[in-house]
Amino acid sequence: MTSMTNLFNQLILATEEVVHTSEEAEHAVEAGITSGPLVEWAWLIVVVPLVAAFLIMFFGKKMPWKGWEIAWGAIAFVGVYGTVLFVLNATQGVLYEGTVEIATIGTNILGEPFVLEWGWMVDGLSIMMYFLVGVVGTLVFTYAKGYMKGDIRFTWFFVSFSLFAGGMLVLVSAPNLIQLIVGWELVGVSSYLLIAHYWEDFDNVDAGNKAFMVNKVADAALFLGAIIMAVSVGSFNFETILDVVVEGHEGPLSQYAFWAGLLLFIGAMGKSAQFPLHVWLPDAMAGPTPVSALMHAATMVTAGVFLLGRLFPFYLDVSGLFAGDVRDIIIVIGGITLFFTGLIALVQDDIKKVLAYSTVSQLGYMIAAMGAGAYTAGLFHLFTHAFFKALLFLGAGSVIHAVHSNNMSDMGGLRKKMPITFWTFIIGTFALIGVFPFAGFFSKDEILASIKYAGGDGGQDIANLILVLGILGAFVTAFYMTRAVALTFFGEYKGEAHPHESPKSMAYPLIGLAFFAVVAGWVNIPGVYTGFTDWLATRSPSTTFDLHHAETFDWAVVAASTMLVIAAVVIGWMIYGKDAGTQKERDRVRIPVLWPLLENLYYIDDFYMKGIVRPIMGPIARVILWFDMRVVDGVVNGVGLGAKGLASGVQVIDAEVVDGVYNVTAAGTSASGDVLRRSFTGRVQQYAAFSFVGVIVIVVLFVIF
Amino acid sequence: MTIVQFLIVSAALFSFGLYGVITRRNAVLVLASVELMLAAVNINFVAFDVYLGDTTHAGQIFSLFIIALAAAEVGIGIAIILMIYRNRQSANVDELDSMKG
Amino acid sequence: MTVTIGDFFRETANWAFLAIAIPTLLAGWRTVTSNNIVRAVLYLVISLAGSAALFFMLGAEFVGWTVVLVYIGAVIILFLIGIMITRAPLGQEAELSHPRSVRAPAALLSTVMFGVITWAMVDAFGSNAIEPFEPTVTSDLSFLIFDRFVIPFEVVSFVLLAALIGGIALARKDDGEGQR
Repeated sequence: MTSMTNLFNQLILATEEVVHTSEEAEHAVEAGITSGPLVEWAWLIVVVPLVAAFLIMFFGKKMPWKGWEIAWGAIAFVGVYGTVLFVLNATQGVLYEGTVEIATIGTNILGEPFVLEWGWMVDGLSIMMYFLVGVVGTLVFTYAKGYMKGDIRFTWFFVSFSLFAGGMLVLVSAPNLIQLIVGWELVGVSSYLLIAHYWEDFDNVDAGNKAFMVNKVADAALFLGAIIMAVSVGSFNFETILDVVVEGHEGPLSQYAFWAGLLLFIGAMGKSAQFPLHVWLPDAMAGPTPVSALMHAATMVTAGVFLLGRLFPFYLDVSGLFAGDVRDIIIVIGGITLFFTGLIALVQDDIKKVLAYSTVSQLGYMIAAMGAGAYTAGLFHLFTHAFFKALLFLGAGSVIHAVHSNNMSDMGGLRKKMPITFWTFIIGTFALIGVFPFAGFFSKDEILASIKYAGGDGGQDIANLILVLGILGAFVTAFYMTRAVALTFFGEYKGEAHPHESPKSMAYPLIGLAFFAVVAGWVNIPGVYTGFTDWLATRSPSTTFDLHHAETFDWAVVAASTMLVIAAVVIGWMIYGKDAGTQKERDRVRIPVLWPLLENLYYIDDFYMKGIVRPIMGPIARVILWFDMRVVDGVVNGVGLGAKGLASGVQVIDAEVVDGVYNVTAAGTSASGDVLRRSFTGRVQQYAAFSFVGVIVIVVLFVIF
Repeated sequence: MTIVQFLIVSAALFSFGLYGVITRRNAVLVLASVELMLAAVNINFVAFDVYLGDTTHAGQIFSLFIIALAAAEVGIGIAIILMIYRNRQSANVDELDSMKG
Repeated sequence: MTVTIGDFFRETANWAFLAIAIPTLLAGWRTVTSNNIVRAVLYLVISLAGSAALFFMLGAEFVGWTVVLVYIGAVIILFLIGIMITRAPLGQEAELSHPRSVRAPAALLSTVMFGVITWAMVDAFGSNAIEPFEPTVTSDLSFLIFDRFVIPFEVVSFVLLAALIGGIALARKDDGEGQR
């Protein structure tokens, strides 16, 4: 009895201790590993996929698996290395910044020489990304071997895919803004290449162009923001910039902080598909499904969130001197995005488009979290979302591969024919809509709790509105996912093909990702275990990163969202479950005004096309063409004509003057020759006479002189 | 006897020969004029030989050589004139101007 | 020893000299101006004979006789043969010289030539007299030819050989050449 009491007491004490330690909201995290071969060689993580891309380009076609083995080997290397670093960071903390100086150019605003560096950050944030890119990447690459089998551009696909992996790693390992931008552009290019993979169909090429162009618009803002920030501080290096922020004194950076922050956020909006720059992501579904899974769900689109995370003290703005005001804009944009794009997912027939809009919506959650000052929440959701969204996409790809169609109206009743796909898809769905104990539950609720906290007394007033949107968004998410699952896996099969389960290379990654979709959320359970927070906080400068770190569950939020989720599932099942996919079902739900608006994507795409693209392609292009042909070419033609005139002038001089000299000389010689020729009479006596004349002359001269 | 008187005779004969070379139309007579010049030169050589009291008699010996060569030259000359006469039926040097121009 | 004009005419040898020189010069003149070709050649004979006489006066007997033998004996014969074979116009009507347009300048040239040479000679030797001398001993000459002047002698031999062969080659009628 006493031993049991003791045990019980100890248990309570232990729990209290656990709870107690996690009550500390603000704390600095010391790093255990700051040097050593493991971090010094971490640049391999970045370089190996890039080298692999080149190797595949030159040798891929000759390899037995057409270059896939090189790609998989590279990404698996990244996965292993990333996992090792992840574990080390979890246990001991890793903090290291390795740099290589490339060039020293001129002087900066502080009068010091400006140093251009290449480097690799090995801190909490980067390690999380290495782990994500590596693990999800390895599983997706495995899947891609089966999915892309028989594709005529199999080898080139893996070139671009490896290039993407390398570019993403360049981005997340960047210790300065310039390298980040380099990585940004690299992933942009690979995205473009991969979206337009099936370029025989011009629509796919248009999709690639659209992605690239929209991103470019945002990139302009990104560049401007980066330049303002760097010039104000005198360096592009993140640590230098954040030191200035943390020290909190007024200077050039604080003067322009708002603009720098806003512009950088606009850049993030482009890459992370926030409203209204989200239009490219659904169209990007034209690319192969592995691309959608890795790039447009798990990693590339998170680059914007990552950027905000990297510069978080700047936006958190504890001292109030910097970009704190931008957070209002951020949270509003995030909120709008998460709700309104989620609604569009309700009317999509293409299963990938559903998932695409879902991704945009989830990105909205992450951005909103960053706007609310919740560093951990936003990145935690990024972490979990990568796993379950990639899982959902690969599952969708599996289904598409089986029925040879993207449209859910061609699907149905697949749960019996494709069990692995079905069950993993269900796990992914539960993770997405936030069902306990799957991953999304923890991350999404943390976001909502943070937003609520931010809207509390003394915080952002707008946050309350966004909180409402966030909670309603949970309903919408559950609703459209239930619809998708019902239409795809339940009911009768409506298509023509003979669907069967996918091959092992495609099924195993699904199982792997499902595993993570279940457990990934358990690394940050408020009140129980919040290691993830510490892992992310292993950074320099290591100071307060969260306005609010949830030590315990906010039960109100949890209750509200869970209830709405259950309600959505039930209602969704009622609407779509029975007679799933028939015409009856579609007509049943058609809300008059809202549905056309959603189906036309709020007419935003139309606005872009008619308002911006067409005028540029039409009148503006014509004006510029006129200018080019008349003015610019006029100058060129003028120079050409001038040269021609000069040439003919020179030719005249050449013919008249120069040749004239020759002609005169020749004529003179000829004439004198004619004259002298008369002395050649052929009569020898005359010759003799003349020679004697000469003799006389010589004699006379001889005698005289 | 002065040396000069012989030299004047020699000079005069040489001038006559020169006149003849330039003036004469007939090839044989041109050759004859050349002979005259050579004879004049011979007189010159021998006169100097005696005047100088040359024990090696270079002048006389040289004039012997001149005589021999002159004979050879005339022989060849006449042969050539005969050939030309064969071709052109004329010994007139006016017509031997195919080297004209 | 210088000699004056008076001394010149007092010496007997000089009278002989004049008696030989004047016909020689006249004959030479007639050689180049005669219109009769045979006479021109014969005048040449007289001129050559006169030069031989002058040689004798100077004591060069061997040279003198050689002139008589070779020149008058052979060369003149060649000239006459040449004249005859080339059917030179015989008689007075021939125009053996170029017209006056050529003769005048030629005369001028000759005169100038004569003047220059004479003036040079007189200027150089003036009134120098020839010392009394013994006639040249022929054996001395022969010794000298084969001793001191053997190389020129051989060369002259070659030249005569060449002339001989050349003459034969020239005079030979080649096959088919006569028809052209």
